[in-house]
Amino acid sequence: MKKHVAALMVLFAAASWSMLFAGPEDDRMAFEKYFTSKFPETPKHDFINGIYSIDPPSREQWLEIEEFPPYELSIDAGRSAWEKPFANGKGYADCFGDGAVRGQYPYWDSGRKEIITMELAINECREANGEEPLKYGKGKLADISAYMSFMSRGQKINVIIPEDDPDALAAYERGKQFYYSKRGQLNFACIDCHGSGSGNLVRADRLSPALGHVSHWPVYRSKWGNMGTLHRRFGGCNRQVRAASFKPQSPQYRELELFLTYMSNGLEYNGPGARK
Amino acid sequence: MLKRIAVVVLLGPLLMLAPTAGLVANADEAMVALGKEVAFDRRKGNCLSCHMMDNGSLPGNQGPALVAMKARFPDREVLRAQIYNPLEKNPHSIMPPFGLHGIISEKEVDAIVDYLLTL
Ligand code: HEC
Ligand code: HEC
Repeated sequence: MKKHVAALMVLFAAASWSMLFAGPEDDRMAFEKYFTSKFPETPKHDFINGIYSIDPPSREQWLEIEEFPPYELSIDAGRSAWEKPFANGKGYADCFGDGAVRGQYPYWDSGRKEIITMELAINECREANGEEPLKYGKGKLADISAYMSFMSRGQKINVIIPEDDPDALAAYERGKQFYYSKRGQLNFACIDCHGSGSGNLVRADRLSPALGHVSHWPVYRSKWGNMGTLHRRFGGCNRQVRAASFKPQSPQYRELELFLTYMSNGLEYNGPGARK
Repeated sequence: MLKRIAVVVLLGPLLMLAPTAGLVANADEAMVALGKEVAFDRRKGNCLSCHMMDNGSLPGNQGPALVAMKARFPDREVLRAQIYNPLEKNPHSIMPPFGLHGIISEKEVDAIVDYLLTL
């Protein structure tokens, strides 16, 4: 416990240090090292499996679930939506080719000066073709995202923060700030639960490590009884500490996604996923 | 007349004390019971999410087990401060500032302290 607190303080120190002297890549190496040292039994590539990468008993149950994955229906629904042409005769393929593009997102669009996530791009594709945008948290958009993630399995997470673009760096820093800031009546930062707290028990739940958190979305969560996007999860984690949550695809959550995905650079995308 | 007044003056405080003493004992018990209720309530203290205590079911393990509290916290105020605002002692604490953030009321903080001192 003490050791982890100390290590976290080093991480904090490293974080504030890096704001002055270093860049995202130094942050990422410190972040990765924190988790690989804390969980030496877990091979680095396995962190994409969340809590199941560090908790052998629940991993067993999960491997059984993965034999008849609860997200399969969602992939099928996504495939049907993919194959059905828009009213103008075009389709998603005109925007995304074969759909295996998860590895290209999220990215910083220097022209627009904003972060583009895959979910945002799905709706922009629809709107460019005269279709209504879909809701971001769950439902049809999660299905299409599930299909595209499935097509993209095995791609490497490779977020690029153009270091010569101060606006990109500022967006990254805001995402990082969000991750380390205590918030809500219960006063938790993301890192409190998924950094120093990772591996610990909260009643019956064990807390997963942040490394690899972004790899497997959207997720079929038993508690939800359906699929949800990464930003839906962000909202849930904000609300459970009685903090205000933000809208899926708000600038805040896109910045959070950019930061958190950058932290997992080099790991593989393996979505969609199944979680408790 | 004077004598009577003297008796009243003498007895007065005693008469007032007697029932109050009974009330204080009851109030203590009531506070301990309230403290336990608040500590276990998931919407309030939810202390079990982080602490093993009082044989509560499915305890978390983020914080130390809450045992032998009277021996370990001879100064009641130190214990109260830990519940009211743990960040005072450890600025990186993950324990929520129950009093400071109004997660529970002042009275409930006192009640939890009374309860903890029975553990
Ligand atoms: C009070 C504790 C707590 C805080 C604070 C918290 N989370 Fe969580 N989070 C959980 C729990 C519990 C789960 C479900 C079990 C698990 O996978 O860790 C979870 C799950 C997640 C998951 C899904 C993990 C997976 O493998 O699918 C993500 C992503 C996540 N949290 C991100 C965040 C972010 C971002 C923040 C801050 C905005 C945050 N969390 C703050 C408790 C917390
Ligand atoms: C989210 C986690 C969490 C919750 C909820 C929590 N605590 Fe704590 N508690 C801790 C941690 C961690 C410590 C270790 C010291 C620190 O970091 O503040 C601690 C320390 C303590 C201590 C000092 C123990 C010692 O041996 O020094 C007491 C007493 C205490 N908590 C009581 C409570 C009570 C009562 C509640 C509920 C009203 C509660 N805690 C809720 C995490 C928590």
